[in-house]
Amino acid sequence: MKQLRLSGLEALLVTPQSNFINVGERTNVAGSKKFLRLIKEGNYAEALDIARDQVEGGAQVLDVNMDDGLLDGKEAMVTFLNLIASEPDIARIPIMVDSSKWEILEAGLQVLQGKGIVNSISLKGGEEEFIRQAKLVKRYGAAVIVMAFDEAGQADNYKRRIEIVKRSYDILTQVVKFKEEDIIFDLNIFPVATGLDEHRRNALDFFEATAWVKQNYPATHVSGGVSNVSFSFRGNDSIREAMHAVFLYHGIKAGMEMGIVNPTLLTVYDEVPKDLLELIEDVMLDRNEEATEKLIQYAEQHKGGKKEKTENLAWRELPVQERITHALVNGIDKFVDEDAEAARNLVSKPLEVIEVFLMNGMNVVGDLFGSGKMFLPQVVKSARVMKKAVAYLQPYIEAEKDKSRPSAGKVLMATVKGDVHDIGKNIVSVVLACNNYEIVDLGIMVPAEKILERAIAEQADIIGLSGLITPSLDEMVHVAAEMERLNLNIPLMIGGATTSKVHTAVKIDAKYSELVVHVNDASRAVAVVSNILSKENGGDFKSNIKADNAHVREVFLKNVNQKEYLSLEQARANALQLEFTANNIVRPVQLGVQVIQEQDLGVLAENIDWSPFFRSWDLHGKFPDILEDEVVGKQAKELYADALSLLNKIITEKWFTAKAVFGLFPANTVGDDIEVYDEQGNTQQVFLTLRQQSKKAAKIPNIALSDFIAPKTSGTTDYVGCFCVTAGFGADEKAKAFADAHDDYNAIMVKALADRFAEAYAEFLHTEVRKKYWGYAIDETLGLEDIIKEQYKGIRPAPGYPACPDHLEKSTIWKLLSVKENIGVELTESLAMWPAASVSGYYFAHPDSKYFGLGRITEEQVDDYAKRRGISKESALQWLAPNLA
Amino acid sequence: MKKDIKDLLKERIVILDGAMGTMLQQYAFDEAAFRGDRFKDWHMPVKGNNDLLSLTQPEAIRTIHKQYFDAGADIVETNTFSSTTVAMADYDMQELVYELNKVSAELAQEAARQYMAEHPGSSKYVAGAMGPTNKTTSISPDINNPAFRAISFNELKEAYIGQVNGLLDGGVDLLLVETIFDTLNAKAALFAIEEVKESRGIDIPVMVSGTITDNSGRTLSGQTPEAFLISLEHFPILSIGFNCALGAKQLEPYLEILSNNTDIAISAYPNAGLPNAFGLYDETPDLMGAQIEAYLEKGLINIIGGCCGTTPEHISAIATIAGRFTPRPLNTNPA
Repeated sequence: MKQLRLSGLEALLVTPQSNFINVGERTNVAGSKKFLRLIKEGNYAEALDIARDQVEGGAQVLDVNMDDGLLDGKEAMVTFLNLIASEPDIARIPIMVDSSKWEILEAGLQVLQGKGIVNSISLKGGEEEFIRQAKLVKRYGAAVIVMAFDEAGQADNYKRRIEIVKRSYDILTQVVKFKEEDIIFDLNIFPVATGLDEHRRNALDFFEATAWVKQNYPATHVSGGVSNVSFSFRGNDSIREAMHAVFLYHGIKAGMEMGIVNPTLLTVYDEVPKDLLELIEDVMLDRNEEATEKLIQYAEQHKGGKKEKTENLAWRELPVQERITHALVNGIDKFVDEDAEAARNLVSKPLEVIEVFLMNGMNVVGDLFGSGKMFLPQVVKSARVMKKAVAYLQPYIEAEKDKSRPSAGKVLMATVKGDVHDIGKNIVSVVLACNNYEIVDLGIMVPAEKILERAIAEQADIIGLSGLITPSLDEMVHVAAEMERLNLNIPLMIGGATTSKVHTAVKIDAKYSELVVHVNDASRAVAVVSNILSKENGGDFKSNIKADNAHVREVFLKNVNQKEYLSLEQARANALQLEFTANNIVRPVQLGVQVIQEQDLGVLAENIDWSPFFRSWDLHGKFPDILEDEVVGKQAKELYADALSLLNKIITEKWFTAKAVFGLFPANTVGDDIEVYDEQGNTQQVFLTLRQQSKKAAKIPNIALSDFIAPKTSGTTDYVGCFCVTAGFGADEKAKAFADAHDDYNAIMVKALADRFAEAYAEFLHTEVRKKYWGYAIDETLGLEDIIKEQYKGIRPAPGYPACPDHLEKSTIWKLLSVKENIGVELTESLAMWPAASVSGYYFAHPDSKYFGLGRITEEQVDDYAKRRGISKESALQWLAPNLA
Repeated sequence: MKKDIKDLLKERIVILDGAMGTMLQQYAFDEAAFRGDRFKDWHMPVKGNNDLLSLTQPEAIRTIHKQYFDAGADIVETNTFSSTTVAMADYDMQELVYELNKVSAELAQEAARQYMAEHPGSSKYVAGAMGPTNKTTSISPDINNPAFRAISFNELKEAYIGQVNGLLDGGVDLLLVETIFDTLNAKAALFAIEEVKESRGIDIPVMVSGTITDNSGRTLSGQTPEAFLISLEHFPILSIGFNCALGAKQLEPYLEILSNNTDIAISAYPNAGLPNAFGLYDETPDLMGAQIEAYLEKGLINIIGGCCGTTPEHISAIATIAGRFTPRPLNTNPA
């Protein structure tokens, strides 16, 4: 594999098939007055713009030269190359470290992570020094440009060029053992059309020497500084460009593979006007005596042909949001104050610039990062722009704050022990953080001791607890009790999908004498927190909430006590009576456990029910109507667009792995238990169901899930199924990557979408089961809308949800399906599923089976249940606490 | 006489050991155990300085090495991932660097000798592990000053020279520059090795292994796998590959890129999957073995082992599977 291979952050291969390699020349203090001035002034930010300009203009390698008498060249080289390393859009290409001083070359090599090119070494200082330098270049891992230069001076004709190339080549390959493909000869490009006869063959000699090198040492390469050739026409850019195009055309034909050029000022050979082309070729190829004279005349007549420099500032014309986004994405901090000011003038409060303009921009950054189009250094750079913008806005925000805003405080957030769900918590955290509250986020599955220990250590002003599954409710009660025991006086905020105002008032508030407040959505969090911390009316707020909680508690307890419950025996006697006949029992097409290791995400995306997605972002309404909603329509549309674009990436780049395991088994009920058999009829597991106990109106049954399966006494074999699907593999890593990049928006979005995928998969798999695997509804033709409305036959209730609040049933499903072994989804100590974006449940096929809510049950049933389950009553009470009357 | 590792590489897939840290966790050493008698009055906590255990709990280290040899590893890595002056500064133990490296190398060689004595005719090797240190030469730790670097190439090179000298005096058979997240750090390590080789007039095979930390498919310092390869292939390395950060399955595409672009040996020692909710690696030996089998089938690999979360059981499973496959063909005259 003898090819020159270079690298910046990305690889650059120089192969016979690759086109001419443009080496950007403008970051050279010797060749660019502007660059020299910027470096001298220490204005590295603008100096970097020149580099970026070169890359955007098509440079594939960037030449950096700091050789100037008035500069500390070594320091300037190191500083500039270090800065380039922080600009991934520049650093992606290899660097050519250019200096006539070895110490500057070496300093440059020491800060290059990629394989660059040293420009240059030569025999000018004798063989010994040449060998020493070449060895070091090799050890630093760079390619090298060897100048056609020796002790006697620069080669200026064909013969001298060949002679020096030969000698250099032999030393490099035989003494230094330099890889020949890493050797690039600079054969000296000299000006033509100088009026001096001895310069007439300058270009021609170069072309011929190039051809010789490629013929004799085909693995090596030829390069040169192209703009030298047109030196006589300084100030006449259009002539110069045309000359460069013509020179390159012939140079490349001879075998030149690389050249130092200004890539933004390159004309195509074919576009050089025919008459000019003729004149230039006469000069280059020394075709006639008057060539130079004629070209000079032509140039005289076409003066002032200075080409407009097309610095790419078009984006400055865009609206302010797009400018800010562009600056964040590209890490350009040059205009950040200007744009922040412009945005500030558009909004009523300076904070909104951060909340709206900058956050929007950062979200784009997060998207790109998540999809691998930006990576760490770039995001750090975006963060820098963000920081500068915030710094600019800070005085305005401060000023505003003094007038009307309450002092910010510190809020400690945690998802409680046993629970892994944190979307809501993260949203609240971001919203509070945007409102200048300091957030201490302890993450998920945080034990009470840790929450309290950190709250005390951090002197938190408020503690926010979050959880989604029902056991988390008890854990929150436990945290509150602990806070009381420790005599804490930190207000407690409760949130999460299963939490409720009633539960908070009845169970949590009762345990803790300080403030306990239920916050049902993120948008309320700011108001609640600011009220709690308000010096003026914080006291009132607290006593109001406390009183409100007391009232809710009172009403609740009164109601509960008033409600009538049947005894378990009565309830069972009033069970739902279904018919079990050959008409409504269908033997599954395929019995037993089946595993799907990788489900196509694209298919699942079509099955997504979007309404809950909007709910998770506190946008309430039915999809797709919500997009046109008067109040939230605009946000919903934006959110939906963001979600779709992320969704697209998730699918095309396979961010998540969706898996499923499900099983269909023979089954019969015995009392409220469902016995699940293997194909020989042996009981494998028993599902325990719970029965409604509240007193119903006449003819309304007290249902349990077991009512949907034929009793064993009927002598008819019935069937039941269960499943677990997940779309969560990959989601946490992605979300974490977003969060680590300070992009909470997309971190939350990823998780919310993972949840949607999991739900969609549950729905999709259920359809597949109905139509295919079980096959009791082969002819079903329901659309997504109908499925969302649950118009299908049969149900798929999930443990932990109203029909079956008993989370312990998940353990049974796990055993029956070997869920962990088959697809890797695990259960936490509180029986939450991990990854969080997973759904598990049962399949019931009876046409009359339907979703219902268990409601409250009495201790009598808990007692009975504990016996059936073989656990202590205490333990049963704990698991079923939320449903206890 | 040990067989030349280069010959072994031509014959079969070579097995590297698994995690040292995971095995040490089982000992649950406390602060006092980390200190041992010698450092009982050390002025700062040392628990977590796993490399120090080579001095204070040598029996444990030797035993773990031996367990890996017994499980089928051909090469074990010395317990020196952080034994540089740069990384040891966290414990104010820079002065111990030479000793740590030398003793760690000796412990591993003792285990190798013990195994070879028990199994005459066998060849077991010790690779001196050289970690990336906790500083980076390519990324500024200060986002307000992107030109700043916490350490220079020369400082890092000097630190590695200290490590290499200790490892060589302890008798390592190979050197392994590993878990490279910043290619420039690795270049400093390789530069240091070249200098030591030159001043001692010796040669020693060198393996390098980078790490890709997320699905962006780049090193932490932003390089693609191909750029990473190109940046290091000037050095006469025995093998190049990836380790850590991801599980076996996730490494596959990156190994494929390396394999398609170089003639030198390819190594892989992935983690036992990704950490679970509890921060533990729980991919079973069988599961990991099955994933590794996928790249052995594609002929991507010459050297295979395990990183975080792997145990002798994993290595044993991997060795069994690797035994069924032929190694990736090699260019037999490396630069």
